Amino acid sequence: MPIPLDPALPAPAPTRRTFLGYVIGGAGLLVAADLGLGGSPASAAVVLPSVPQIPEAYDLNDFLTQCALPTSNLVAVRIDREGDAHFALPRMEVGQGITTSTAMILAEELDLPLDRVHVTLAPARPELLFNQLTGGSNTTISTYTPIRVAAAVARQSLLEAAAILLGAQVTGLTTKGGTILDSLGSSVTYGQAAQKVDTSRTREVKVTLDESRERTVVGTPQRRIDALDAVTGRKTFAMDLKVRNALPTMVCRAPALNGKPVKVRNAAKVRKMPGVTHVGVVPTGVAVRARTFGQCIDAVRALDVQWSEGTVPGKKADDVARELKAAELPLAVPALGATTVEGSFTFHFRSGSALEPNCAVADVRQGSARIWSGLKSPIDAQSKIAKLLGLPQSKVEVNVVTGGGSFGRKLFSDGAIEAAQISKAFGVPVKLMWHRADEPRQGRVHPMATSRIRATVVGDTVATFEQRHTSVSCDFTHGLGERITAEVASLPSGLGNLGFSETVFLLTQELPYNFGVVTQLLNESNYDQSRFNTSSVRNIYSPDVRVANELVVDQLAARFRTDPVEFRRTFTKSGVVRRVLDRAAELGEWGRTLPKGVAQGIAIHKEYKGATAVVVELDCRPATVNRKVRDAVTGPRVLRATVVVDCGLAINPLGIEAQMMGGFSDGMSQVLTYSNHLVDGHFLEASWDNSAYTRQWNTPLEFRCEVMESESTEPGGIGEAGVAASAAAVACAYARATGTMPTEFPVNFRQPLHFTPKSFVPPVPASPTNGLTFVS
Amino acid sequence: MPRYSFQLNGEKVTVDVERGVRLLWVLRDVLGVTGPKYGCGINVCKACTSHLNGKAFNPCAVPVEKIRPSDKVTTIEGLADTVPGDDLHPMQEAWLEHDVAQCGYCQPGQIMTAVALVKRVQREGRAITDADLDAIRNVCRCGTYTRIREAVRTGERLMRR
Ligand code: FES
Ligand code: FES
Repeated sequence: MPIPLDPALPAPAPTRRTFLGYVIGGAGLLVAADLGLGGSPASAAVVLPSVPQIPEAYDLNDFLTQCALPTSNLVAVRIDREGDAHFALPRMEVGQGITTSTAMILAEELDLPLDRVHVTLAPARPELLFNQLTGGSNTTISTYTPIRVAAAVARQSLLEAAAILLGAQVTGLTTKGGTILDSLGSSVTYGQAAQKVDTSRTREVKVTLDESRERTVVGTPQRRIDALDAVTGRKTFAMDLKVRNALPTMVCRAPALNGKPVKVRNAAKVRKMPGVTHVGVVPTGVAVRARTFGQCIDAVRALDVQWSEGTVPGKKADDVARELKAAELPLAVPALGATTVEGSFTFHFRSGSALEPNCAVADVRQGSARIWSGLKSPIDAQSKIAKLLGLPQSKVEVNVVTGGGSFGRKLFSDGAIEAAQISKAFGVPVKLMWHRADEPRQGRVHPMATSRIRATVVGDTVATFEQRHTSVSCDFTHGLGERITAEVASLPSGLGNLGFSETVFLLTQELPYNFGVVTQLLNESNYDQSRFNTSSVRNIYSPDVRVANELVVDQLAARFRTDPVEFRRTFTKSGVVRRVLDRAAELGEWGRTLPKGVAQGIAIHKEYKGATAVVVELDCRPATVNRKVRDAVTGPRVLRATVVVDCGLAINPLGIEAQMMGGFSDGMSQVLTYSNHLVDGHFLEASWDNSAYTRQWNTPLEFRCEVMESESTEPGGIGEAGVAASAAAVACAYARATGTMPTEFPVNFRQPLHFTPKSFVPPVPASPTNGLTFVS
Repeated sequence: MPRYSFQLNGEKVTVDVERGVRLLWVLRDVLGVTGPKYGCGINVCKACTSHLNGKAFNPCAVPVEKIRPSDKVTTIEGLADTVPGDDLHPMQEAWLEHDVAQCGYCQPGQIMTAVALVKRVQREGRAITDADLDAIRNVCRCGTYTRIREAVRTGERLMRR
């Protein structure tokens, strides 16, 4: 029976589309386009087919793009007197490469060399409302068309000015790397033309985007525009800012998760410690400000504080697992003996922390405040801080600084809010930094979850596939909330009555297989988000959901006595998936002979307007698993990983490979080693040698990524797309190498702790003094 | 307040700071040299890796008074000046060639570790092995590990010139 592929694939986009942009009146050449342009979300006209799942026709990215539409506003490109282009991106760069890809899009459309396009990060712009949130891998999807339109308007007005300067017709002019030429070989530079553009008033300009034009920048591998700064130490993060009198500041935190300070018994004594200028209670703990961070650490350790008991007193991971079990929604199809294939999986808490801990600079004065931090929802931060300080929002300046990683973590502005509170309490500027120990213990975590799957096999087909995903409540209150209420009415039918977590779940989860009646439901164990500090850590539900799915798919393949790749090929309902699957199987040499204890695993994922397939070879032989590295978690080793991705129009293949490499590192560690242990009301992990995130000794010996040429003309999302299939492929390989399907993640969760937990009082470890014995 | 002197990136510096303050904070908070990053403060993440007399060390674990006036401290800012000419250090070139950095936060430490590693194996008269690369402890939360491995090998080649 031929299987219809991608029933909801949109019709191919026209090759020429006309848009309206603006030349803004005033000094200098400033052009603008509406940030709500393009992005082509499925509109109300899209009829949802009854059988396909929602994300096939309308996914989270359509939702994010649609949310941006009614409130969107202008994004502007400025051409300076030298003819260079400047653009302030209303998103945050955290390592995902969006400043580079945005510069590439502008360079392409403007016909300017890449190094003459300067992309910075915009401060909080409240008029953009929802449209300044960096999440859901949505940046390029939602900004691609508006940025191109603005650039095209700039180019068009430069051409018009050049036509006057050269005494030629616009149609007879060509551009080349920032110069405009006429047919006789005379030329003017963009800089010269920019000074001649009529900017006496704001006017509309009509431009045409021509998709058939050959691209010279977009689609070519380009190195990051901030690479030189990164390798010379010049790249600046919030902690590196030099703001007058903003002295180092840290917070002494409670031993229990979310415990609050009740009383400080020795504030006066600590205030007299070397370097210390201030000590004071804030809602989250006891803040100290000193000349150096080292002296803050000493002061935090010296504080004697009485604490409240916290939000999960006495609880451990198994208690939460029981809560999740109790909250699980029932399966509809009964278990039918031999025809049923089932799986029940547990995914433990894991820290969402980046390498750069939370930090922010705050200077709160009478009647105004200035904030600097790595923020993915700066408008939300601005409104929360304004409210807290009792200031009008316009009096709070929020500056977005490039972040040292985010992984969903910086959607929340915990550091910025805390810094503002401390600066207000102390009456001086502060540079707040969280200690590393604070991050896994009190920082945001990926919510613990369980996933139950039941599939029914009837004859030579899979008749039903049900999944019940149950999660600790995930905090989505980072500025999406208020938009949701406004947008639910315009969502495709059936989504309007759901809570936000369910909405995100339904908009992102898609099982790309023809398995008859498919239902995937989410329930949350408790509806209070204040017990655990959660966030939609990189690719929120997908890695766990897909690990569960693909493990069961392998069980189904075994039931059908079919090879896992062949089985997936037969049952996939997506042409895009089939393409990446075939290519990954070929590149990863699926099916080759490997020694006993080493096995391949394959998995696919479809999200972010694209698809990913991953093949890994995992070594589970005892000699490998038990290899020794000092103070390290070793375990099974991926010898070889192959990632194939179709992410729509690939703006920067080099950057996409980087994101897949990072996504793989994340996905693999979640399955094998990386978690937070909840014991007695708090998390034990307090350092990078406790939290076993991927290190060099876990890194695949061979890693290969191929970015496939796509049939789509619009870019998809890449920041998170690599995680889910990577996690699932590693899990499937583990099952085949060991002969047992793993059901709890990471797989080493029940092993004896590999570290001695650091003290909870004091909450941060002492700074070592023996560094010179390790010089090498 | 006590006063300490040492050689920093080719120049003599003198700081007034309390005894016991770890060198990382002397560099960052007192001298304003922010290339070495904080990632743990307990000699685990290696984000602060710099060089002491040409070898890798972690200033977050060294009290300032343990540094002698004759000691040469090199941070990422001074790395390029340790080789002749006005160009970058070959390891920095290798990093650019492989476009290693993502967020970039760990990369100053990674590069300083890589340079010291290559020098060490060269002293031992051998080439870098997979085991040497496996033993690099620097955390990269963005997961650039594969490109780091490739760049270290390229840097090793360039440093032989
Ligand atoms: S900050 Fe020095 S090793 Fe982590
Ligand atoms: S590049 Fe971000 S931590 Fe390494």
